[in-house]
Amino acid sequence: MSPAPAHVSSTLWFQWRYRRRGKDSGPGAMTFARGGGQHLEATAPGVESGVEGAHMSSVRVLVGTRKGAFVLTSDGKRDQWRVDGPYFGGWEIYHVAGSPADPDRVFVSQSMDWFGQVIQRSDDGGMSWEAVGNEFTYAGVPGTHQWYDGTDRPWEFTRVWHLAPSLTDPDTVYAGVQDAALFRSNDGGASWQELRGLREHGSGSSWQPGAGGLCLHTIVQHPAKPERLTTAISAAGAFRTDDTGKTWQPINQGLESDGIPDPEAEVGHCVHRIAMHPSRPDVLFMQKHWDVMRSDDAGDSWYEISGDLPSDFGFPIAVHSHEPDTVYVVPITSDAEHYPPEGKLRVYRSRTGGNEWEALTSGLPQQHAYVNVLRDAMAVDALDECGVYFGTTGGQVYVSANAGDHWEPIVRDLPPVLSVEVQTLT
Amino acid sequence: MIRVVLPTQLRALARIDGEVALALDGEASQRAVLDALEERFPALRGTMRDHETGKRRAYLRFFACEQDLSHEPPDAPLPAPVIAGDEPFLVVGAMAGG
Repeated sequence: MSPAPAHVSSTLWFQWRYRRRGKDSGPGAMTFARGGGQHLEATAPGVESGVEGAHMSSVRVLVGTRKGAFVLTSDGKRDQWRVDGPYFGGWEIYHVAGSPADPDRVFVSQSMDWFGQVIQRSDDGGMSWEAVGNEFTYAGVPGTHQWYDGTDRPWEFTRVWHLAPSLTDPDTVYAGVQDAALFRSNDGGASWQELRGLREHGSGSSWQPGAGGLCLHTIVQHPAKPERLTTAISAAGAFRTDDTGKTWQPINQGLESDGIPDPEAEVGHCVHRIAMHPSRPDVLFMQKHWDVMRSDDAGDSWYEISGDLPSDFGFPIAVHSHEPDTVYVVPITSDAEHYPPEGKLRVYRSRTGGNEWEALTSGLPQQHAYVNVLRDAMAVDALDECGVYFGTTGGQVYVSANAGDHWEPIVRDLPPVLSVEVQTLT
Repeated sequence: MIRVVLPTQLRALARIDGEVALALDGEASQRAVLDALEERFPALRGTMRDHETGKRRAYLRFFACEQDLSHEPPDAPLPAPVIAGDEPFLVVGAMAGG
């Protein structure tokens, strides 16, 4: 086994080349064949050296942290890992997201208070990067929203919180930004246009920021209806479009938030994350500031499924890749105490679509654990045995290769983790 | 030639080693320097000043000849030693700590 070539030692040295399967695999299905000659000889532990056409599953975990991005790779066993990074060291990486339509295309939201927003794009799975467009200009005269003290404040772009590459088009990517708005690029990130109908649908001037700012942090794409997007804004709530962003409606009926004057108001709710299983897109799961919620009608109405959780406060929520009723959350003590109850880091899993939850503790610290798991920092892979991943504000990234039954740390001492995404490569 | 020194993060972003030497057309001003930098290194667009308004980012300053030029009008001429290439134009990120 020879070492990775020196000129790529600090980047991903493997190379993935994709080709479309035949018609039998269905539209858009792809398979990934490893290639690249000498690069492959520098095989990571546990990864077989392959030849062109050899098929094997692997995962690429994309981690955004307060001080750079990291890429964690493993084969389908997910028991030995290669850690690469930091990329863009010193910058805050709010999100790293791969295109489902072309996993070699990866987008990064890179920002810093000093130098503003940068968007990076890779077209070779992270081997090289290019800074693309970073001009996020609100459409028209953006007007004002509410500030913390109730005064009017002009809309001002701060950063991109979340990137959502199109499920079908590698050149299309959505960006959720602070102050809350949704942008779209149709040219691979070179230019961005606001989908102004969301901010201008009527309630925008009443939106008020959460503690982290007025941010659009969640973008859920319907797998069969690209015109349907569901977004969430802290602390305004959830909103849906059925015409690719032209018109929007708030979808917060059933949410109850004690911290606002009218707990059942149409907008004003601090939604932390929404998750969906692609086989059942009308069922949405939500981790709200407090309360874990579910909708069976695409968000038209919500009901609580917190059930027997030790705390229903938290940030992330995720759905098993093959079981649409298996849901994961990470309970946090309270809005004032952003760490797990009793100092025990526990993921909770419901196999019943909510209400009945089991603590998943194997391999996780059960004492002195006072870290948080942020909204974008949990993800699942699509391997036969679903892998679940999450990162903490203490810099640990954990993996469970068996749907949560047992956890292992991939890395323990990264900067605070802001986001975790997984690409499943087969 | 105008010599420009960028902070570490921007040099890394634009893949620049050391100083940048710029040949400017017309009068050498802050605006002319930034225009030329952004033209040559598109990755720097938006990182030193706002895309739309051109306003300097709050945590950046422009120094030269032991003076803070940050609040000078953007079209004011740069100091003669900078224009002559004897002194660099410094783009400085605010120090923060505690």
